[in-house]
Amino acid sequence: MERLDRRLGALTATPMLVLLGLCFLAPLAVVAGFSVMPSKVFDLWHQPDFSAYAELLRQGYWKSLAWSLGMALASTLILLVLCWPLAYAMAKVYRRFTLILTIGVVMSLFVSENIRLFGWVLTLMKGGLIEGYLRHWTGTGFDGLLYNMPVIVFGLVYVYLPFMLFPLAQGISMVPDDARQAAADLGASRARILWEIDLPLAAPGIVVGCLLTFVLATGAVAESKLLGGQAVIVIADEVETAFTYGQDWPLGSALAMVLIAIVGAIAIVGVNRVDLDAIMGRRR
Amino acid sequence: MSEKTILQIAGLYKRFGDFTALHSIDLKVREGEFLAIVGPSGSGKTTLIRLFVGMDEPTDGTIWLRGQRIDTVPANKRPTCMVFQSLALFPHMTVGRNIEFPLKVAGVDPAQRRERALELLDLLRLPREYYAKRIHQCSGGERQRVALARALAFDPEILFFDEPLSALDFRLRKTLEKELKDLHARTGKTFVYITHSLEEAMAMSDRIAIMRAGRFEQIAPADEIYSRPVSRFVAEFMGEVNLFPVRADDDGVIRADGLALDPAVAARLGLHAGEAGTLMVRPENVAMVNRSDAGGAAPEITIGGHLRAEYNLGSRLQYEVEGPSGQRLTVETLRENRFGGAPGDAVTLGWTLDRCHVIHGD
Repeated sequence: MERLDRRLGALTATPMLVLLGLCFLAPLAVVAGFSVMPSKVFDLWHQPDFSAYAELLRQGYWKSLAWSLGMALASTLILLVLCWPLAYAMAKVYRRFTLILTIGVVMSLFVSENIRLFGWVLTLMKGGLIEGYLRHWTGTGFDGLLYNMPVIVFGLVYVYLPFMLFPLAQGISMVPDDARQAAADLGASRARILWEIDLPLAAPGIVVGCLLTFVLATGAVAESKLLGGQAVIVIADEVETAFTYGQDWPLGSALAMVLIAIVGAIAIVGVNRVDLDAIMGRRR
Repeated sequence: MSEKTILQIAGLYKRFGDFTALHSIDLKVREGEFLAIVGPSGSGKTTLIRLFVGMDEPTDGTIWLRGQRIDTVPANKRPTCMVFQSLALFPHMTVGRNIEFPLKVAGVDPAQRRERALELLDLLRLPREYYAKRIHQCSGGERQRVALARALAFDPEILFFDEPLSALDFRLRKTLEKELKDLHARTGKTFVYITHSLEEAMAMSDRIAIMRAGRFEQIAPADEIYSRPVSRFVAEFMGEVNLFPVRADDDGVIRADGLALDPAVAARLGLHAGEAGTLMVRPENVAMVNRSDAGGAAPEITIGGHLRAEYNLGSRLQYEVEGPSGQRLTVETLRENRFGGAPGDAVTLGWTLDRCHVIHGD
């Protein structure tokens, strides 16, 4: 009976496995395959020569990669600090208001990211909401707030806020109230409770939130294009350019593979670092 | 135990919106005593303890610890400590780090912390190897001991307990009750223990405070609470009891429904003319007097009835008897004194005056 159950279980998982294989693993394999092909070929029937990777090193693509990773890191850290109090309030303080806040944040996701970013463009551009009104009232204007690196980070923070906020709130809700009260009862200050009780016990939420925002922000392209103009070229932009204008699929694939490798490594390290079972107090 | 007061509260009120959880409470806790605060759920005992340790603020009233006002001092600055009902151990820390936590907060250096933690493991009779164990590897009883060790590491002036044993099974609870009493004797600390279980309170404490609906009903040593309760509530809360309403007429004649009461005996009940009260007798003090081997002193007060049922309590037997006006009476006897009657048999119950107690008032 148990064997039959197990077989049926495996059987019911088949459609999902097929779907994942076709839609996720297969394209990934194709990209991996292209990444080792000679320059500017459009099929996989060539002698692999890894020239795309060499090209990648020669052309200084590491700069774009560093910008992407750096801005992703910055926005992740900003989001962590920014979302912590709000997530804390959602998990522990607000009652009905949490639902309203959740709905509000989720609703913002219903509008396309690009449209929301255009909203910011209209707000921040020269002659836009901010600069335009300032000039109207004071008579002196400035060049607008767009087309620089910080505004890209701002865009990343703005777009990926829900991906930090919700996991963080979930993580904080896992911190037992009595553990915090016990710590205070034993003489711990607020700062110590935050450091020794809240942060370690909310670690699963923190890790998930940071990974989500970091991974998404590393691959983000719209923020740098719309808000940043040509101030900084991000790696995802380079991948797109290689595939489209450059017509160099192997180069684009190699860039994508490097990005996948870095982000994947960070994700694996991040998940392994946090001993979820131990934190949850589960027996093993 | 000295007569010195360590903790004193006066006129303590706590309101939650329209609900008053504590009504002008006064209490003095003596240095080194084991005080149990007992009450049914909702009586305000947990609210009270939360005020003691600073997790809540009183609406009104004052708390003094050794003459110093502490009701305005935040929890982390009070020299008191509580063992939580849930124990509130830190799941992400080892046993050792849990115990060391208050020492770390106090800035004790790591070597000394470790030494003190190991001492406390010894005191609580936990093997020293437990220092490196994780909380989830400990059994329920071991966790209790870790929580106690952590609280003792804090070296509080008073140690509060919020029903920490209530989640344990019966046998383990009994063992830990004795250990706790023993620990109290060895440490000489003042323990204030909250429970809804009277048995637990009786087993451990020097004094018991009975709480009801946000007020103290009686504060006295266990024996006194058991044998001389001040109200029907306390009498009934302290285990099985037989209660009979009694009333002295204005001319001094005592009327007690169904009780055969000799006027000479009735006069010694201590009821004033026109006063009403309740005569209380514990089941183990009632004898079945229509037995030939009743033994002991002749009963001074008797009541007739019919046997309803016999229950075996292990060491004792309990009989349920229906009184003349249909009231349910309870008799307990050692098992070697088995009555042996059948349900429906007419019985007479009796006891001596010194074995019963009159609760004054309605």
